[in-house]
Amino acid sequence: MSALPSQPRIRIPRSARAGEVIEIRTLIEHPMETGLRHEAGRALPRDMLTRLMVRLNGETLFAADFQNGTATNPYHVFFVRLDKPGHFEFIWTDEKGRQARAEARVAVT
Amino acid sequence: MIARRTCLALLALPFAAAARADEALNTAIRDAVADKPVTDGGILLRVPTLAENGGQVPLGILVESPMTAQDHITAIHVFASRNPTPGVATFRLTPMLARAEVQTRIRLAEDQRLIVLAETSTGRVLRTSAELRVGAGGCLS
Repeated sequence: MSALPSQPRIRIPRSARAGEVIEIRTLIEHPMETGLRHEAGRALPRDMLTRLMVRLNGETLFAADFQNGTATNPYHVFFVRLDKPGHFEFIWTDEKGRQARAEARVAVT
Repeated sequence: MIARRTCLALLALPFAAAARADEALNTAIRDAVADKPVTDGGILLRVPTLAENGGQVPLGILVESPMTAQDHITAIHVFASRNPTPGVATFRLTPMLARAEVQTRIRLAEDQRLIVLAETSTGRVLRTSAELRVGAGGCLS
């Protein structure tokens, strides 16, 4: 599977107290071109991400399936309560099956 | 220029365009939740009443749910009533999340209604909607 050129960015704390709720922010640079737009009389080719999948310690935590109404540079915020150290994996997939990945570890004190 | 014309055409033919958009919206909602019974309420939406830039409209969704293994939100579906296609996104949630809350950014082509449906693990569907005005339309077509 080939890699997406898109650069993901994750904002997540490095550590949390046991039982604390942490905020996770994700952003990926991507045009999310629907194929419906025209520029100078030509249709701009469709180029869309289909999915963001987030895993915590190997289990599915959160996923987003994108349709045309998701804005350019998809941005998502969600909240997790951590009781033990967390290994987060973030995988974005586009309609051609290309992927961009990021990961993060959060220590629990 | 063609993008602009498409926008103007939608304004010039409100009745036909509205009927088509309503049909597409109803189909999309049926595809998402089939014919499960829908209850209004239980969802807090945070959206601007006037979106200056239709291309990047902040959206916050918080659904009332204990988010336990027995009783949690499994999916949140977002639809826009007057975009060229009604689908915005579907979020899949698990009880590992602290609360049934998601924030994102969406695009809206013109003034319209945002419809949010949330499915519970107990088989219920909650629904809410909000009317938004859009300053500079994030015209999608």
